[in-house]
Amino acid sequence: MMASGYSAKEEDGHLPGASGAAGSGVAKSKKPDNTAFKQQRLPAWQPILTAGTVLPAFFVIGLIFIPIGIGLYVTSNNIKEFEIDYTGADMSSPCFNCSQSSSWNSTWPCRCSIAFTLDQPFESNVFMYYGLSNFYQNHRRYVKSRDDSQLNGDKSSLKNPSKECEPYRTSDNKPIAPCGAIANSLFNDTLELFYIDPNGTRTQIPLMKKGIAWWTDKHVKFRNPGGTNLNLSTVFQGTAKPVNWHKSVYELDADLENNGFINEDFIVWMRTAALPTFRKLYRIIQKKSNMTPTLPRGNYTLDITYNYPVLSFEGRKRMILSTISWMGGKNPFLGLAYITVGSVCFFLGVVLLIIHHKYGNRNNSADIPN
Amino acid sequence: MDFSMLRNLISRYCVGEENWVDNRTVYIGHREPPPGAEAYIPQRYPDNRIVSSKYTFWNFIPKNLFEQFRRIANFYFLIIFLVQLIIDTPTSPITSGLPLFFVITVTAIKQGYEDWLRHKADNTVNRCPVHVIQHGKVVRKQSCRLQVGDIVLVKEDETFPCDLIVLSTSRQDGTCFVTTASLDGESSHKTYYAVQETKAFNTEEEVDTLRATIECEQPQPDLYKFVGRINIYLDGNEPIARPLGSENVLLRGATLKNTEYIYAVAIYTGMETKMALNYQSKSQKRSAVEKSMNAFLVIYLCILISKALINTVLKYLWQGDPGRDEPWYNGKTQSERQRHVLIRAFTDFLAFMVLFNYIIPVSMYVTVEMQKFLGSYFISWDEEMFDEELGEGALVNTSDLNEELGQVEYVFTDKTGTLTENNMEFIECCVDGLVYVPLSVCNGQILPGASGIDVIDSSPEPAKKENEELFFRALCLCHTVQVKEEETVDGIKRGINQGKGTSFYISSSPDEVALVEGMKRLGFTYLRLKDSHMEILNRKEEIERFELLEVLNFDSVRRRMSVIVRSGTGQYYLFCKGADSAIFPRVVSGKVEQIRARVQHNAVEGLRTLCVAYKMLSPAEYEEVCHLLTSAKLALHAREKKLAEAYDVIEKNFILLGATAVEDRLQDQAADTIESLHKAGMKVWVLTGDKMETAAATCYASRLFRRSTQILELTTKRTEEQSLHDVLFELSRTVLRQRRSMLRESLSGLSNDFQDYGLIIDGATLSAVLKPSEDGSSGSYKEIFLDICRNCSAVLCCRMAPLQKAQIVKLIKASKERPITLGIGDGANDVSMILEAHVGIGIMGKEGRHAARNSDYAIPKFKHLKKILLVHGHYYYIRIAELVQYFFYKNVCFIFPQFLYQFFCGFSQQPLYDTAYLTLYNISFTSLPILLYSLIEQHVSMDILKRDPSLYRDISKNSLLCWRIFIYWTFLGVFDAAVFFFGIYFLFDDATFTSNGQMFGNWTFGALVFTVLVFTVTLKLALDTHYWTWINHFVIWGSLLFYVVFSLLWGGIIWPFLNYQRMYYVFMQMLSSGPAWLSIVLLVSVSLLPDVLKKVLCRALWPTTTEHIQNAEKLYLGQLSEFTPLSSQCTTPHRSGEAPSCSQRRSESFPKKLTYSGWNHNSDYHTVRPSPGFGNDFQPSDSGYTLGRPGLETSV
Repeated sequence: MMASGYSAKEEDGHLPGASGAAGSGVAKSKKPDNTAFKQQRLPAWQPILTAGTVLPAFFVIGLIFIPIGIGLYVTSNNIKEFEIDYTGADMSSPCFNCSQSSSWNSTWPCRCSIAFTLDQPFESNVFMYYGLSNFYQNHRRYVKSRDDSQLNGDKSSLKNPSKECEPYRTSDNKPIAPCGAIANSLFNDTLELFYIDPNGTRTQIPLMKKGIAWWTDKHVKFRNPGGTNLNLSTVFQGTAKPVNWHKSVYELDADLENNGFINEDFIVWMRTAALPTFRKLYRIIQKKSNMTPTLPRGNYTLDITYNYPVLSFEGRKRMILSTISWMGGKNPFLGLAYITVGSVCFFLGVVLLIIHHKYGNRNNSADIPN
Repeated sequence: MDFSMLRNLISRYCVGEENWVDNRTVYIGHREPPPGAEAYIPQRYPDNRIVSSKYTFWNFIPKNLFEQFRRIANFYFLIIFLVQLIIDTPTSPITSGLPLFFVITVTAIKQGYEDWLRHKADNTVNRCPVHVIQHGKVVRKQSCRLQVGDIVLVKEDETFPCDLIVLSTSRQDGTCFVTTASLDGESSHKTYYAVQETKAFNTEEEVDTLRATIECEQPQPDLYKFVGRINIYLDGNEPIARPLGSENVLLRGATLKNTEYIYAVAIYTGMETKMALNYQSKSQKRSAVEKSMNAFLVIYLCILISKALINTVLKYLWQGDPGRDEPWYNGKTQSERQRHVLIRAFTDFLAFMVLFNYIIPVSMYVTVEMQKFLGSYFISWDEEMFDEELGEGALVNTSDLNEELGQVEYVFTDKTGTLTENNMEFIECCVDGLVYVPLSVCNGQILPGASGIDVIDSSPEPAKKENEELFFRALCLCHTVQVKEEETVDGIKRGINQGKGTSFYISSSPDEVALVEGMKRLGFTYLRLKDSHMEILNRKEEIERFELLEVLNFDSVRRRMSVIVRSGTGQYYLFCKGADSAIFPRVVSGKVEQIRARVQHNAVEGLRTLCVAYKMLSPAEYEEVCHLLTSAKLALHAREKKLAEAYDVIEKNFILLGATAVEDRLQDQAADTIESLHKAGMKVWVLTGDKMETAAATCYASRLFRRSTQILELTTKRTEEQSLHDVLFELSRTVLRQRRSMLRESLSGLSNDFQDYGLIIDGATLSAVLKPSEDGSSGSYKEIFLDICRNCSAVLCCRMAPLQKAQIVKLIKASKERPITLGIGDGANDVSMILEAHVGIGIMGKEGRHAARNSDYAIPKFKHLKKILLVHGHYYYIRIAELVQYFFYKNVCFIFPQFLYQFFCGFSQQPLYDTAYLTLYNISFTSLPILLYSLIEQHVSMDILKRDPSLYRDISKNSLLCWRIFIYWTFLGVFDAAVFFFGIYFLFDDATFTSNGQMFGNWTFGALVFTVLVFTVTLKLALDTHYWTWINHFVIWGSLLFYVVFSLLWGGIIWPFLNYQRMYYVFMQMLSSGPAWLSIVLLVSVSLLPDVLKKVLCRALWPTTTEHIQNAEKLYLGQLSEFTPLSSQCTTPHRSGEAPSCSQRRSESFPKKLTYSGWNHNSDYHTVRPSPGFGNDFQPSDSGYTLGRPGLETSV
């Protein structure tokens, strides 16, 4: 046929691409950039969690956690801790009378003393805590009932404490310093420790009250109004003492460095505890020499000036003596948790290994070589 | 204005109401009629302004605020904020007020910006100039200033600015040609008429003298219906009244073609035009993810309320002991004591609500907004969706629906301009078994599928040659094509004949143009009709003249047309072309079998086929024919019927010449795209205003209907034969039988290859189905129809009015599965559908930007749908799903410890964390990693998503946000929270953990929990990240570092503006403790452990498709290539001689279209192509269809 001759050539003219070429030159400007980000083609690492890839991690976690746990557990067990409840709720307790009679109004301090025996010597520095139970220092009304700027030495706040301090803001139309419920309920028992020699003599153990509060709290966060050198009683003139206090804030300690708002007992108390059962550092018994233990084995008595009522809210008061390691006080929880988690990981690793072998072959292509 | 607005509103709600009571009277050119005319009630009409924007400058703030606070979350946060302002709460109002303000502002700015863009688009439309006749002169006006009654001058190729009545045209006969492609998708030219009395007014001055009124109905949305009357006052006498129908109305959006200019008068303007009435009001679309987000929110709200309730009740139980309520160390103020217990309890309840309100993450909304806004840029940045020809890439109009793109179950697509390029092309013709392809006559070559034709002779005998030329002449003569001489040389007008000629063809049928054009390429050029002589330029460059004696016009019943001509030599010929079913029974000789086979083959290829036949008439016969025709034409009574009878007598005893094949070119990769959508589990429906035959051919070509698809027909033709009721029930029985057998198969385990059904329904039948019938059984029709549709993999709805398209979408949306629908189209006729569907996608077509402007996303081509759904949609979905789940998770982790803490602080609403931590947790410590994750996460690579559309099924039905997974995340959150809290609790429990014996307080406790929390939550996200770019590393490790640095800084100095210094040095003190470090490591690992374990086990034991792919991904990487389902099968282009069996355009074959009943493997027509699956021929239906009607009929 006549047309058969020119088939091939004409076909070329009908290539689909031919028509589009003309428009592209004009359109260049609108064309999106061909960058990896805009085209969603950024180079990327594409990890996939499969039994194969996770397996080693499980074993590694197991192998790391178990020794750490054992270490922690052993450390915790080596810590010596002694605790004594001196609430005096029991009839048998020496402090029973005090606990019954004590209230905020009582002017006469009640004293009692409890004897106890340490079976083991406490070698290094010993930390003496008081502990309270069922005491809601973390109650919202309580937590916010303070004025941090007053405690930081701000003079206007001293005269005009924050509203948050209500109802412990003013007393007899005078502003309370320090205001608020926390300060008002400052723990005011006095604890003294005596060592009873085998021959019967009582030696008072020196209790150090320096270093029980955070350094930053004592030096930055808490400040007496008007600098350090002034006479505190004049500074605090025109303010009232908290209603429950027996003496004013500038009479807390004779040492000027530990008086007023920067009294360390006060600062420790002002750091509200997280849970209703808590302990707070009271004193530190420093190691005297390398030869003798800080607290040798033997009999002791704890002399208590019993001021702080806890029975009204079914609370408990304790005195705790504890040594401290690098990981703090006695707490077997962390060590046990580490051991448990480590073992679980190890066990899961084994389970995964089985699964991996059983099902990994089924889709062998599946596992990305690591 | 208000009056008409109201009516407008009513009219919208009364769509389909038959009787329109109210009328409007339009004074042409605003001239009063002579006295004595009917009483005139002045009406006010809206101006021609189109408004698609939502806000104005003035109402933006109140309206936007109202819209925003309608959102459940925003409203909730507003309430919380107000509660915090009023009562004494544990946290300050700033903690919730600031984020809320931020959210509201960001959203308002975003929405304002989007609305501003709409204003701009409106303005360009409203400001475009129109020509108006005023006082005999042409005046330019802005389009929006146009008034009802204005006389408008419209020139060729201009779009009508409003709905108009033609007064006169540049043509003598008062006709004009119009294409309504952007309105209803039909691109053919339609003829509109001026009224007899006005068509003579041809200049501005003349038009200006016209005194007439038009009475017409108030605007209604039906495009094809118009009832009106024009009263013309000629000499002050009685007015001449002429009826006006839809043939006189030019609709806004249509374009004037082939007519130099027209004068017309505006009757409906602005929002009252039929196009505007077919728009739907923009309602804010909510994505499915947002809906489940709201559902989760309600759950969390319930959790929150119950938490607050539990705590309140417990608090009062616990406080029953007076020593606990107010111990001596913690007194209440006087006013607190005096408050009534109920008020106290209520205040406590509110305070608990405020304390725990962070469990409902306000920041999630900010993050989601930001993710959507920023993430949508990836669509517009996508280079693959950039179209070089248009010079544009994809556009994002609403970013609210990004993730919905990954959830689509139903795709409703327009045909013209969306699936097809709306460009007919002559493919081949077959004369006596020889196949001709334009410009490359593949004589003697075995063409695809031509093996069935056994007579292929390479040496044509003279008789054959004669036949061949006769065939070509027949096609050159048998048509109603007009020739338009091209006056301008500069090629503004797009000639249908590319290149050589100076004239081009115009016809109401694009097929005819394609045929004549094809003939030209085969050597026979139709030149013109001059003095009733048709002139043809033959191959020898000679002009042949045929006298055109009679034209037996096409009608859809006969499905054929004929011409009778007298050749130069004085012979009378009758040429007939028509659908194969209309021709074959009338053929007496010719190579029927070969041609029939070829026709069927072509039909199977998705081409539109026509058969050509002729007969010679002796002069005596011609006389007889003439007589028959004239007597029929002159008959006053039942003229139509007599004409039909006459035609029937004349058109018989043909000699078959051959067949032609014309293709409506599909868009690039349309078939591939549809196949991918099918594989991804979506159902594709084609909704078109076009003819059924044309539409069906496209559906086959685009693989919507496959060769194995059984076609169910629900058309007017069928419902005429049977009642709608019977047809519906019959169809549903067929489908259900199939489903039952399918169920059995699936039980037996092999059900992959089941029969799929395709449904064809037309607009009239659809409205009958949807119409509520009198006896109240309407609901069941709808249900049955839906039931049938659900079981069809593809549905074709033809002859749809724009609003009907929206109705269909609405119907599916409202069906009981509540599937997610997507509407895609390119013309103004698709706008209502686009607005109605959950996701509306506009194609930036040649026919204006209506669709693109009103859509949620606009893409240049149909093929881009694949990427926007399968890749972008998929990514967006998994990203936002993780985002939502993660947000709830991290807030459970965040708040649950606070809840637990209440048990240890006397239910006093004491916050566990510091205010700064409470406020910043969601805003800065944990926000960036998840935002980044939700922007760039790719769980599998883009190429794999494209190559494997079935991955889309993994996320269908909102599967990542289903309750099971939501509960898993919540429990994971609760578990993690319990781990943090009790872990730290036991650590703190009356024990020292510093090496200097000092004790920590409650803030350290909180800080420690919080540190574990931040690390766990961030690392959890790190575990979920599958795509670690440097940005991920930067953000994840960076935000952890930021947390640490911030905490150091926050606790590092005394902040002068704060009235509390509770965090002073807390964090540093905590870090100085060994056990704190150890416990952070321990608790983070314990918290992450179950999730890792779950991931690993699920992947190993019950992997999903996605996980399989992920596992195998690395293996694939070597052989990556662009995936197209078809390209794998066929590589050579189809025109080359020995092309294999498929190509993109003439993709798959389709079966003979028969009705639904049965099918038979051993049919007569199995011979053509023994490709798998093709042998599925259907048995003749019981409804009177011709046996074995080959191929798809194409009416011309």
